[in-house]
Amino acid sequence: MSTLLKLEGVQVFYGASQALFGVDLDLAEGEVLALMGRNGMGKTTTIHTLCRMLPMRYGKVWFAGQDISGWPSHRAARLGIGLVPEGRRCFPNLSVTENLIAAARPGHWTLARVQDFFPRLAERRDQSARTLSGGEQQMLAIGRALMTNPRLLVLDEATEGLAPTIRREIWAAIGALKGEGYSILLVDKALSEIKPLADRCAILARGEVVWTGPPAALDAEVEARHLGV
Amino acid sequence: MVEARREFILNAVIVLALFAVPLWALMAGEPFIISLATRVAILALAAVGLNIALGLGGMVSFGHALYFGIGGYCAGILAHHAFSGTPVAFGLSGTNQMLVIWAVAMALSGLVAAVVGALSLRTSGIFFIMITLAFAQMGFFFTLSWPAYGGEDGLPIFVRNQFPGVNTMRPWELFLLAFGVLLVALVVFAMLRASRFGAALMAIRQNPDRAAAVGISPFGVKLTAFVISGMLTGLAGAMMADLSRFTSPAMMAWTMSGELIVIIILGGVGRLCAPVLGAAILVGFETLFGGWTEHWQLWLGLVLLGVVLFARGGVIGLIAGREGHG
Repeated sequence: MSTLLKLEGVQVFYGASQALFGVDLDLAEGEVLALMGRNGMGKTTTIHTLCRMLPMRYGKVWFAGQDISGWPSHRAARLGIGLVPEGRRCFPNLSVTENLIAAARPGHWTLARVQDFFPRLAERRDQSARTLSGGEQQMLAIGRALMTNPRLLVLDEATEGLAPTIRREIWAAIGALKGEGYSILLVDKALSEIKPLADRCAILARGEVVWTGPPAALDAEVEARHLGV
Repeated sequence: MVEARREFILNAVIVLALFAVPLWALMAGEPFIISLATRVAILALAAVGLNIALGLGGMVSFGHALYFGIGGYCAGILAHHAFSGTPVAFGLSGTNQMLVIWAVAMALSGLVAAVVGALSLRTSGIFFIMITLAFAQMGFFFTLSWPAYGGEDGLPIFVRNQFPGVNTMRPWELFLLAFGVLLVALVVFAMLRASRFGAALMAIRQNPDRAAAVGISPFGVKLTAFVISGMLTGLAGAMMADLSRFTSPAMMAWTMSGELIVIIILGGVGRLCAPVLGAAILVGFETLFGGWTEHWQLWLGLVLLGVVLFARGGVIGLIAGREGHG
């Protein structure tokens, strides 16, 4: 399997305070990688950096064989990084359909296919996004990322704050995408749901990757040291 | 959904009224009212242009009079040279054919909008407003000190330009022409809003960073919209010069830019028929109160204040509900 995404020694600062202290990460084509860690350890910063929404001071980001370190985020997205941002962040005053077609790029995923995948989005097509429930907004955010026909799907806290039944629906959808061979980068705290889905886990602590390995190798000791509350 | 249907009906009423009033005036033999309706249609066309930038893209251009004036001067200068039989420049002759004039007006205002947009879209908010205003003022003072084409006295069009199959000297036929162009512009606006481009433009207005994260280039999309917007307003300028048979620096004055914004705010920012209703209200006030007091804008100002304070969706939003587009 070839490497799809590679981060090399990425250092990011917010003003004078350093958030990432040299993050190294790679993700192979077709792999599902879970990025884990406690709050404030740099998960979202890492994701925003690889989507080119944050400037780096040192380090490089490679995607699909290209050095995208200096690219603006819209070019990174066009190259195939499909972000489902934390907190969903749909365009609130646009209708569901408008949210989807705004992001559309040619490829397998069309409006009809996304509506098949999430039938609720077809039912709600003319409603403005702000009137949707949290779960529906999450489906819309995933659908919007799929409309860009990405090579890598990046999900930041996809099920945070959702009711258990909705969470199961979202996880089932992510599982279906994995089944189709999608490369996925997951950020989540829900260990029990990540474990069956992820091929590999990486744990961030204080702005560095401190552990990588298969989910099966995540023993109680590692969990307690890096993930426990 | 109810709101969408109500807005559709309201739009139909607005457009039909703009057609019915001059039709009645034609029967009643009131050519002045037909000319007023033509003025409404052309101002509405200019505002449809601005509505693309302001309503869909959230770009508060305070300099759209620049494109209106460029359109006006295209009509004036080309007609002037056609009338006198002298070349415009580089041996190119003038013309009195509206279709040619419109094409030149749209091309030139689009070109200027591309330059102005490329420079001003690097900023946003109050800076964007001020830079667009500054460019329009440059155009205004340039035409003011351009003696070859009348300077501050302006440039008359002695014989109205021609359109195939239309007698443009007849008020009713000229109205039909302006009304037809307005309808086409409204269709263009509706198609643009329903397209991927329109959705991307509205997404950028709501959050440019989020839009960029799904692969939309905020600068490219906004610049394209700004150019289309300038082209439509430029076309309206060329038609307005023909209606009044006169081009002057006043077309580029900052008050003109302000009027276009007022038209859109009165009607409802981003609404399809806001330009038509807003232009009708503006021209209506100007005519009704203008004959009575020269301070008619005081009354318009009060209405505008009321709309801004109590009807943020404009008059259309007040009637059709705030839900809807944008």
